[in-house]
Amino acid sequence: MAGQLSWINGYAHETKGGWTMSDGVEAIFKNTTRVRDSLDSSDAAPLPIKKSKKSAAAIAWKSLLSDWGTGAIIPVVTIFLWQLAGSTGLISAQFLPTPLSIARAFTDLLITGELTHHLGVSMGRAGIGFLIGGVLGLLFGVLTGLFRSVEYVLDPSVQVLRLVPHLAIAPLIILWFGFGEMSKVVIILTGSFFPLYINTFMGIRNVDNKLFEVSRVLGFSPYQKLRRLILPAALPGILLGLRLSLAVAWIGLVVAELIGSQSGIGFLINEAKQNSNTEIVFVGIIIFAIVGKLIDSLFRIIERRFLFWRDSYEG
Amino acid sequence: MEEALLSISNLNKRFESTGGHVQALYNVDLHVQEGEFITVIGPSGCGKSTLLRIVAGLDNGYTGSVTLGGTEIGGPGIDKGFIFQEHRLFPWLTVEKNIASDLPLGNKEIRRKVDELINLVKLNGFEKSYPRELSGGMAQRVAIARALLRNPKILLLDEPFGALDAFTRAHMQTVLLDIWRANKTTMIFVTHDIDEAVFLGNRVVILEPRPGKIRKIVPVDLPYPRKKTTSSFQELRLKVLNYFEKVDELELIDGAGI
Repeated sequence: MAGQLSWINGYAHETKGGWTMSDGVEAIFKNTTRVRDSLDSSDAAPLPIKKSKKSAAAIAWKSLLSDWGTGAIIPVVTIFLWQLAGSTGLISAQFLPTPLSIARAFTDLLITGELTHHLGVSMGRAGIGFLIGGVLGLLFGVLTGLFRSVEYVLDPSVQVLRLVPHLAIAPLIILWFGFGEMSKVVIILTGSFFPLYINTFMGIRNVDNKLFEVSRVLGFSPYQKLRRLILPAALPGILLGLRLSLAVAWIGLVVAELIGSQSGIGFLINEAKQNSNTEIVFVGIIIFAIVGKLIDSLFRIIERRFLFWRDSYEG
Repeated sequence: MEEALLSISNLNKRFESTGGHVQALYNVDLHVQEGEFITVIGPSGCGKSTLLRIVAGLDNGYTGSVTLGGTEIGGPGIDKGFIFQEHRLFPWLTVEKNIASDLPLGNKEIRRKVDELINLVKLNGFEKSYPRELSGGMAQRVAIARALLRNPKILLLDEPFGALDAFTRAHMQTVLLDIWRANKTTMIFVTHDIDEAVFLGNRVVILEPRPGKIRKIVPVDLPYPRKKTTSSFQELRLKVLNYFEKVDELELIDGAGI
């Protein structure tokens, strides 16, 4: 019952697209008044820190809303037409199940607890693979970014490996590590290593040389240089790398689970395919999409939280 | 002559490039006493920024001697404060954290000094603001406070107000003079604005280009605070301008010869 409710809630959320979009428009207007406010008060008094923090959170929330609201128009219309085509018998249910029957399959899986089990397994795999690959990517990226000698030794090899689609080596990984958890984690980590490595490296190399001069004039120690200058300045690159790495980890997960596994969302899809259970295939795909989108949105919030100081064009 | 704080003797600096070399500085001699306010003026390309960067320890590869407090300049450091043309604040730090930079604000002594400096550069109320929320003049004042927190022996300013509008610039000049009189920090101020040079300096150093060398050092004996409208100020301004125009002519003749 609870599952049904949450699905309905999710559905209702999407159908709210109409007014959340107008909310987005409102957010734009609010933004302009905010700019005007700060212009007015610029020579009188500064924005108190509390207010600016709060408004940063409010902006993040608003943008999440408008992000979902405006972005929901196309899916909502598609789902409506799709259901119409299914209900009128225009498309066979075996070929393309209707949204409602997919929703039913979704709630069934949720009630039996299968869905949460498989989702948990999948997220655990993606999480571990991403964590190991990400830490390695960050570490190597920082080292090659900081030291040109390391760059000369390491970067050419990494660049060659990067150009091999990481899914092409998946069969090799299975050959080496078997069908167990190990091979899945390795497939995911090889994918998530590169985006973080490259963006950390580029982030460090893009630090403004003028600020380096400042750190010399202020007599920063090497540690201070890293902590006070390089890492904060490279943070936009590092966060972008994290986001891309997570996306790749998610893709690696699907491949790893489709190749062969006894649990996870990929397994759910594969098994449903064998039993011609098209609804469940759709449920699996939708789960991948929703979780992927949620993670991506979370990262946008993190970016806004940590990169609010950036004075760049925001569209 | 008493022992100078900063002694520049027979300083030569050339930049090698593909088309030969450029003599950026030629036999420059300058001796700055403690507490002096020196302004350096000259057309672009006369090496005034190079001179300042050498004193700061940011540029090397020169011949001659540059000593601060009796010791040769080894490299950049906190005893030589430097204000760039742009404020160059860390955009991710608030005003007070920018001033402290690598020093811990939790330290009571540093906290007190930072508060004092914020008072001195008149930024009370903006402690928690970020650089993007500041005007150009305010940001440059933060940069000055950041340099002063380190108690530099000398403060080097490279056209710090060049990007500001005329009103803000005039305001910043008085702020800087207030700071100078309160702290007695020795200053070398590079500018291409004659009014600014005469308004601020004890002595105005006029540089000429190609090769960059000192044409004349004009002492400015006017008492502070100076008024730009007085006839004595205008007289000195004309005197400097006169040299300056000769430099300009030289440059034109040089250019015509190419």
